[in-house]
Amino acid sequence: MASENDASSSSSSKKLGEDQVNNNKNLNVLVVDDDPLIRMLHDTYLKHFGLEPQVAENGKKAIDLFRLGTSFDLVLMDKEMPIMNGVEATKALRAMGVTSKIVGVTSRGSPCEMQAFMEAGLNYCFEKPLTLDMITFVLKDFNKGDDDDDDTDN
Amino acid sequence: MDVVNQLQRQFIDNSASLHREGFLDDQFTQLQKLQDENSPDFVVEVASLFFEDCEKLINNMSRALEQQQGVDFKQVDASVHQLKGSSSSIGAVRVKNICVAFRSFCEAQNREGCLRCLQQVTHEYSLLKNKLQTLFRLEKQILAAGGSIPGVE
Repeated sequence: MASENDASSSSSSKKLGEDQVNNNKNLNVLVVDDDPLIRMLHDTYLKHFGLEPQVAENGKKAIDLFRLGTSFDLVLMDKEMPIMNGVEATKALRAMGVTSKIVGVTSRGSPCEMQAFMEAGLNYCFEKPLTLDMITFVLKDFNKGDDDDDDTDN
Repeated sequence: MDVVNQLQRQFIDNSASLHREGFLDDQFTQLQKLQDENSPDFVVEVASLFFEDCEKLINNMSRALEQQQGVDFKQVDASVHQLKGSSSSIGAVRVKNICVAFRSFCEAQNREGCLRCLQQVTHEYSLLKNKLQTLFRLEKQILAAGGSIPGVE
């Protein structure tokens, strides 16, 4: 079992992703972004980890999905969107009692703006562009319950 | 020299110069790593979406800046913001950097500055599009000649 090689090198993130595939097949993920390029990118990133995300073009469509009874384990939420932006959508979801992990993704990197986004109810906030390492980090959270023993090398 | 080898050399050189000259950064490399048998045209598709985005956004900015009654800088800024987002997601670092400057001019409501940035962004996008299309053509030729695309370092 390889343990030392993939501690920090991002060139092995592909292998890491493949290891995670089997753990993640049951996770429901929603990508919320108004830019089709970003939706496609995030969709492909997540597929790389064995996930089949759904997509929504703005905050309102995301909320509608939840209202229809669809549940998601993980939501990737863009901040700047028409009709309903990420901050409003996150606040609304939390007010509805949604406990899914919500990860904010924003082009605006100023600490104040990220703070405001976090305060809407995010679990994490990342600056665009999303990378494989960031997704690995978030997905680790879902496996934390089972994998506590494996962290000794870190 | 073997045709495939020559094409592969050209591909490596083109790729290296795109990075060396700052057209693309590591984000593009990450995208190349995502391409596999399940999504063999991923990079070309992402690049096409990006070019479409650029054209649409540049048109929007151009129209907004031409308004004789008064420029709506918020509208220009919204388009620049979107272009900054897409360019950083694909690794188009030169385009992204111009967007950063462009946004400052929007904030300052400086029409001349905005027009200069628009010109620069249009120029950079054309250059990048040309170079990427050359790269993609080389890829196709390598595959057609029975070779494989040199690995991404």
